[in-house]
Amino acid sequence: MSDLQKQQYDVLIIGAGGAGLSAAIKASAAGVKVGLICKSLLGKAHTVMAEGGVAAALGNVDERDSWEVHFADTMRGGQYLNNPRMAELHAQEAPDRVRELEGWGALFDRTDEGKILQRNFGGHRYPRLAHVGDRTGLEMLRTLQDHGIHQGIQFHMECTVFRLLKDGDRVVGAFAYDREKGRFSLYQAKAVIMATGGFGRAFRVTSNSWEYTGDGHTLAYDAGAELMDMEFIQFHPTGMVWPPSVRGILVTEGVRGEGGILKNSDGKRFMFDDIPDLYVNSTADNEDEGWRYTQGDRDARRPPELLTRDHVARCIVNQIKAGKGSPHGGVFLDIAWIKEHIPNAEAHIKKKLPSMYHQFKELAGIDITKEPMEVGPTTHYAMGGIRVDGDTQMSTVPGLFAAGECAAGLHGANRLGGNSLSDLLVFGNRAGDHAARHAKQFDHVAISDAALENLKKEALAPLDRFDDSSSDAPGPYQIQYELQDFMQDLVGIVRVEEEMKDALGKIGTLKERVKEVAACGNRQYNPGWHTALDLHNLLTVAEAATRAGIERKESRGAHFRDDYPEKSEAFAKVNIVISKEHDGGMNIRQIPVKPQTDKQKTIIEENV
Amino acid sequence: MAKTQFKIWRGDKEGGDFEDYTTEVTEGMVVLDAVHQIQAESANDLAVRWNCKAGKCGSCSAEINGRPRLMCMTRLSDFPLDEGVAIEPMRTFKIEKDLVTDVSWNYKVKEKIPKFSPRPADNADGTWKIDSVDTDRVQEFRKCVECYLCQDVCHVLREHDLHDEFIGPRFLVHIAGLDMHPIDIETRTKQLKEEYGIGYCNITKCCTTVCPENIKITDNAIIPLKERVADDFYDPIKKLMKIFKK
Repeated sequence: MSDLQKQQYDVLIIGAGGAGLSAAIKASAAGVKVGLICKSLLGKAHTVMAEGGVAAALGNVDERDSWEVHFADTMRGGQYLNNPRMAELHAQEAPDRVRELEGWGALFDRTDEGKILQRNFGGHRYPRLAHVGDRTGLEMLRTLQDHGIHQGIQFHMECTVFRLLKDGDRVVGAFAYDREKGRFSLYQAKAVIMATGGFGRAFRVTSNSWEYTGDGHTLAYDAGAELMDMEFIQFHPTGMVWPPSVRGILVTEGVRGEGGILKNSDGKRFMFDDIPDLYVNSTADNEDEGWRYTQGDRDARRPPELLTRDHVARCIVNQIKAGKGSPHGGVFLDIAWIKEHIPNAEAHIKKKLPSMYHQFKELAGIDITKEPMEVGPTTHYAMGGIRVDGDTQMSTVPGLFAAGECAAGLHGANRLGGNSLSDLLVFGNRAGDHAARHAKQFDHVAISDAALENLKKEALAPLDRFDDSSSDAPGPYQIQYELQDFMQDLVGIVRVEEEMKDALGKIGTLKERVKEVAACGNRQYNPGWHTALDLHNLLTVAEAATRAGIERKESRGAHFRDDYPEKSEAFAKVNIVISKEHDGGMNIRQIPVKPQTDKQKTIIEENV
Repeated sequence: MAKTQFKIWRGDKEGGDFEDYTTEVTEGMVVLDAVHQIQAESANDLAVRWNCKAGKCGSCSAEINGRPRLMCMTRLSDFPLDEGVAIEPMRTFKIEKDLVTDVSWNYKVKEKIPKFSPRPADNADGTWKIDSVDTDRVQEFRKCVECYLCQDVCHVLREHDLHDEFIGPRFLVHIAGLDMHPIDIETRTKQLKEEYGIGYCNITKCCTTVCPENIKITDNAIIPLKERVADDFYDPIKKLMKIFKK
């Protein structure tokens, strides 16, 4: 191929958010040659959107905290579908990873003794989230970026991987295009790490950016890897709902961590009305106790606003359905009320939640120190993803690793807030380490020109199909919007079999139409073309999420079925796994949940 | 609301011009929403960078009615819409296509700045004791979302094109964040004076005016750095001390 750029790396990492950068830094430190592909510019990845903090049992604010309690909290939050080995490693290693970041320049908020300050968050028994106001993700990503650029890593910005390349069973590289010129590149690699984040763009209301189209999930699936837990999609309880153009933008859980309360249109604080059995003993039963908890009273129990995200999101939906929502179809989140309890509340809110203050002031014209916010659920995070080994992060395909949001296992049926930032540090680090070890055992493999020519032709097809005279070919944006609309309505927070089957039918129709999709313009920085190419990924993850949703006939964690509203004993024991058949069909099966060791069982019994 | 006229600059490094588009503006819309709507309706290949759409990633910088701003944080209700809205790329950087510019120079500049170097850990577990008062000042600089609007508006770069001699306000903020970091022990004043061209800044404060994070770039970052340079190189007592040390 004449215009093909060629690169060779020992370890190729796809995705430059927190997981990708952590993996790159670690692999580079192991002495191998590392390439990092970013879909956007370096430093813009979605990690910057993480607000509340990074969960690590440092025990700086409450010395009763330990990795064991963090492990037990994570397992309970995930309704025990988590891979216990991953939950264990995560809890054990998160404190070291946070301390490592501090040594690279991250500057967290401090306690009076000059240690890293930690805040309360849903599902975490003790104050556990190290944070920087409400811009923790930006601080972490910038720290990793500024450290990473001095580690000999090669960065390829604004570059999108179109297909993984294999030699027999093993992944040996990737075929990609750059946005600027639309040139194609061959990246040969001895190991590849997926760190591509999630797929919130399959839904209409989401906190995710244009990049989150399930690329890593789909590239891995197409290369023969298994996907797991795809039915578990986290709808964050608090996204902005007004004005329409900002619908879905995240409002950090930190608002509730700092004492914010949820109210319906009657002014009633409704979260006290519905507390799940698993959490009755650890939840406050009156407003005063809840307030004392947020202010650090160690004898008080958490307010119900800090129950797990799946539960809070459903309670909000129920209020809206019952006609007790706010004017623009959400409920009220009030932080201004804390002025009843503390002096200088205005300054306090601005110090603790500066970006929330800014965001509402600029985008909605609302001063959160004076009036309540309107919030409602927004598609936020994929618990499911590429099935990996708990220790090495290698998928079921040799040479292919995954870390961060695009990997499955740590979070089970529901992720606790703060566990994603620690996830990407811990498992990014582990994936980098093990991919480097793997790479040292292999040599590069030649890739046939014919195979690359075919991929090029396939990638250019939407541009080639465009013809000014025939305007009836479907446009890429229209297909994307259609998918987002029905996924939101049919495979959203509350699901039933009939609707999900309806969605499957619509996905099938769109898959046919994508074959005809046409993009105008040329290869140079052409978002229409890029959107057309992302559609395959979006449709693949949408189908996987829908099929897994139909398969799991119970309600658990983030997956709520109106036709099966209870938990089922049988489904408590299985994860749902999806893989690609030889004929291209989607295979779906149940596998037993990875058993807990005796030691893990004891820890859970002692700490829940 | 109603149909509104937009003028969007289309073209590449060979040249280009404003093109007219019309789209429906509804309540609460920001400039980036209008650009996306136009992209989906009538200009599928319109090149624009964006990510978070919440002012946190700094991708969607552009010049809106002549003023450098983030498109995602600029509400259309701020403008008299009957006069139309003009959107063009940042002019300090080379054009890639349409609203997208080549900002790679910024990445090269950052790489040459000496990295964060902490003093040895204070505690046995590898951690440091850092007081809140010492974090506050530096956290202001670390809010930067690297949108490069300050670079875009800086006349040293924009009018005089001194990209080889002056690193621009963004990286002076970056250095302020490193030099004033409570546990960093590296000094960067020699480079500031000799390589990074801090003397070019004549504190017109244009950068501060456009910063979407409201960082007081000139007052809190650049002026204190200028003072450090003056202390290290022009303070007569320090000069004498240096002579005696030798």
